Amino acid sequence: MYGGGYIFDEPNKKQLREEQQHDDPEKLAIFEARISKGEKIEPGDWMPAEYRRQLTRLIEQHAHSEIIGALPEGTWITRAPGFKRKLALIAKVQDEIGHGQLLYNAAETLGKSREAMINDLLSGKSKYSNVFNYPAKTWADVTVIGFLIDAAAIVNQVANAKGSYGPYCRALERICYEESFHLKQGHDALISLATGTPMQKAMLQDALNRWWQPIMHFFGPPDKVSQHSEKLMQWRVKMASNDEMRNQFLDTYVPKLWELGLTLPDPLLHKNIETGRWEYTDPDWDLFFKVINGGGPCNQERLQVRRWAEEEGRWVRKALMNPKERRALPVA
Amino acid sequence: MNAALQKAITTLITSMADDALILGHRNSEWTGLGPIMEEDIAFSSMAQDKIGHAWALYRILQEHLGGEDPDQFAFIRAAKDFTCCHLAELPISSYDFSLMRHFLFDHAEAVRYESLQQCSFEPLQQLSKKVKGELKYHTLHADAWVLQLCRGGEESQQRMQAALDRCFPLAAGIFEPGPQDALLADAGIYPGEQTLYDKWLNTIYPLLVNASLNLPDPAAIPPQYGGRYGNHTPHLQALLQEMGEVFRLDPTAGW
Repeated sequence: MYGGGYIFDEPNKKQLREEQQHDDPEKLAIFEARISKGEKIEPGDWMPAEYRRQLTRLIEQHAHSEIIGALPEGTWITRAPGFKRKLALIAKVQDEIGHGQLLYNAAETLGKSREAMINDLLSGKSKYSNVFNYPAKTWADVTVIGFLIDAAAIVNQVANAKGSYGPYCRALERICYEESFHLKQGHDALISLATGTPMQKAMLQDALNRWWQPIMHFFGPPDKVSQHSEKLMQWRVKMASNDEMRNQFLDTYVPKLWELGLTLPDPLLHKNIETGRWEYTDPDWDLFFKVINGGGPCNQERLQVRRWAEEEGRWVRKALMNPKERRALPVA
Repeated sequence: MNAALQKAITTLITSMADDALILGHRNSEWTGLGPIMEEDIAFSSMAQDKIGHAWALYRILQEHLGGEDPDQFAFIRAAKDFTCCHLAELPISSYDFSLMRHFLFDHAEAVRYESLQQCSFEPLQQLSKKVKGELKYHTLHADAWVLQLCRGGEESQQRMQAALDRCFPLAAGIFEPGPQDALLADAGIYPGEQTLYDKWLNTIYPLLVNASLNLPDPAAIPPQYGGRYGNHTPHLQALLQEMGEVFRLDPTAGW
């Protein structure tokens, strides 16, 4: 899944050092010319400090989103109804962890270690997609996540895969390929509920009602207030604006939901035939920022689970760093 | 095939399938929580294989032995009707326990499926070829990790020894003799639990020695039996409750 369209700012934004604020203008010109020609930037290449900083943050947040995103769905692996769903869900969540691994590797090429990234995640310094701070309350939530959150992520990731940083693009190409399969699984599971018994339909509608606002939040604040800017677009770090991606998502998926007889909890939601753009009630952006800053229903729990996993695995990682000679003689 | 043999084969396959389903379910609980991401992925992948084996075995019951639909059979059945061993039922606990369980169990399965290459019941013989190929990678994984952690310093060596001490009687319980072992052996289905147990000990012993682990004295420690006759630890009931939670909302619905 799961890179949201929004790159979160670190809470304690450090001032850039003098030399980072003033990139060599000649090198900068060459760098920007390469990007405008569509060339990929590779790890050893010169890059502006701000490009490195923003990309590290983007890829790192994407990686965190994969491993934290595994949690709400992961809790349903043990409850998935039937062999087919059980196997598909394990495989899917496993893929997400694999994506996390790919992305941490891509971010490491920019000079930050996986350990440092995980530490920043656990300390709350580094963020992940806001959408995972909401609970998956029923099986229907799993199908909504699998279909719609994965769909939203694909919109974002397909765009980012055309970006300028080689290692991130290559990781995303592989990720998008797997995500498109997740989307099919999610769609299939959602259709089973949408065309199922009255109880299943009600369960799905309830999940959709609860997830709609987090989904509208997924791509980040509207362009008119979003601070991430022209420079990131010019450097091909950010490939499409939040509103463009949101519109693309609505255009593809809202009709599919309506066709299934489902409703969405926004009476204003419709496509303006003249402009070709979707119109909707603005979601509560104060809530969005509150959740980013730790005030969502599951922020604490997600990090606690992750901390448990880190603590619990510490002895294993220590042992891996400490291979010693084989002991002299077995006593058995 | 006479009715007694058919019943004996059904009992054998049900135990094998229940073991695979329950341990696969347990291993899947590591998805997202492993000590390192690579292990998380490995446990998750092996969990899928095991659950897939269980599904295939339940389908053999359904298609050849008059059994129920696999989903109904697996997700609705009462705990007392499951015949998995206690080793498979226990919670994942720490990674040392889960890893040692995986090592002991997968070697037991490898020995079992090897013996089934000659099985006279064709559907099981056919399936065993495929499963054997997959188990090769499970045991490779288990062997590499047990060895690695046993050589990774004192704490991890001690943890692995403690895990072995705890798991051994439970693992010996995999080979709880069934009342039909002689009948199955005579019919050329498989050689019986005692034979598999001896082969298993011969397989794991040199691997444990190489990892500097002390194998508990098999003669001095009674195996933990009961599972094959429907007597379980309380953990199985809790697991099944959770596993069937959604399915039971409406067992006739398509999910």
